[in-house]
Amino acid sequence: MDTIYLDHASAMPLDPKVFEFAKKYLRDSFGNPSSLYNLGQDAKEAVDESRKKIADFINAESEKTIIFTGSATESNNLAIRGAAYRNLKDGKEVLASAIEHISVINPMKDLQKNGWTFNTIPVDNYGVVDIDSLKKMINSNTVVTSVMYANNEIGTIQPISEISKIVHEKGHFLHVDATAAAGRVPIDVQKDGIDLLTLSSNDLYGPRGAGALYFKPGVKIQSIIPGGGQERGMRSGTENVFAIAGMGKAASIAKKEMKDGNNRLTKIRDKLIEDITKIDESYLTGHPKNRLPHHASFRFSHIEGESILLNMDMYGIQVATGSACSSKTLEPSHVLIAIGLKHEEAHGSMVMTLGRSNNMDQIPKIVKSVKETVQRLRKLSPLTK
Amino acid sequence: MNPRNVGVIENPDGYGKVGNPVCGDLMEMYIKVENDIITDIKFKTFGCGSAIATSSMVTELAIGKHIDEALKITRGDVADELDGLPPQKMHCSNLAADALHAAINDYKNKKKK
Repeated sequence: MDTIYLDHASAMPLDPKVFEFAKKYLRDSFGNPSSLYNLGQDAKEAVDESRKKIADFINAESEKTIIFTGSATESNNLAIRGAAYRNLKDGKEVLASAIEHISVINPMKDLQKNGWTFNTIPVDNYGVVDIDSLKKMINSNTVVTSVMYANNEIGTIQPISEISKIVHEKGHFLHVDATAAAGRVPIDVQKDGIDLLTLSSNDLYGPRGAGALYFKPGVKIQSIIPGGGQERGMRSGTENVFAIAGMGKAASIAKKEMKDGNNRLTKIRDKLIEDITKIDESYLTGHPKNRLPHHASFRFSHIEGESILLNMDMYGIQVATGSACSSKTLEPSHVLIAIGLKHEEAHGSMVMTLGRSNNMDQIPKIVKSVKETVQRLRKLSPLTK
Repeated sequence: MNPRNVGVIENPDGYGKVGNPVCGDLMEMYIKVENDIITDIKFKTFGCGSAIATSSMVTELAIGKHIDEALKITRGDVADELDGLPPQKMHCSNLAADALHAAINDYKNKKKK
């Protein structure tokens, strides 16, 4: 059976061009970048070269603003905890939008346990940060405000430049998690007014096991992983040279191909949204226009998302859901609750994220499978009238 | 995923409903009983894959059984028949057994009247 992969927000296949470029750092050029002999210096060069590519990708002031980490989760932790602990004199308050990724929310909750004040900024029904609330909440003690560039579950893109202006009028640092947006939306940290930015390698078709954190010149953070002092003391631990080199290559390719890729994916996305929302009692979640070009997310009344996922898998189609049943905690997605859905509505969510392997020819099969799945599960459901 | 005994029974001898849609699982169980033997059973479930699988399994286990035997079916039996469930999904099998028991108790109450 031909499979159709529609869960690029969860995992992306490694780009073969990236693998060809970076594979030598797994075996032939296996040296430790901290070693002074040639083998080590080859590896160091690869890391430095990647740093330049990442800086170029987000139009950073220089490559010195980039620190490599092991994942987006680690970058979020370093940004939030690192900035909060380093800048105690600026205040002990942190703010995050109500729809941040759990790797932003949980470090902030941890700070809260240790004496910081932590609040979440509400969002509207499309998932856009409520600007008036932000204006009221931010104050001179707000050391870190975290707002994601775009949301992974509902696709909504935030007005980052506008948010940046408000944050910098009264508060201190703006941290932006760009894991879902990078490679899909052009990011310019200088124009957007971003102090700290999180990037993930795999979300650019790079190898898993690398992330990056941008921090603006003048912004001070402290290390959260003490050790051998790699990455200018900000992130100890021997560099994952293969993943880091691959991430740089992936970012270069993303920069070059983004525009054409987006035009192509937007057409597929819009057709999917058009056809799937024709199903009875099906609704788009997230913003109808300001959304990621590869992102189509829905909810269906009277049925449950994990069942949708399993049923779609029988057609060879992989999708995601924010249903409580598919989470470890059995809690529904905090993102769907924040945009005002009732618990039973949040249970019926389905998320499709497109990528390079998808094309227009797949749409009839996808739409037919969704229709049949919904029909079948509604027949099973006691909530169907 | 191919659940058995999906649907409703018109004028059932027993009907049970457990769970609620807010917490994500809702099950309805309908039984037909002759001489205290369950001769037909149907269910409807709003819930995850495990909830659907356990509903289906409980109907398979109960059909043809005496109601006293069927009341002894536990969530452990349901999970065992499915070759186990992930720990966080065990409550789904509990619900399926509860729905069956609720339907049988409904039948018993009706009989008393």
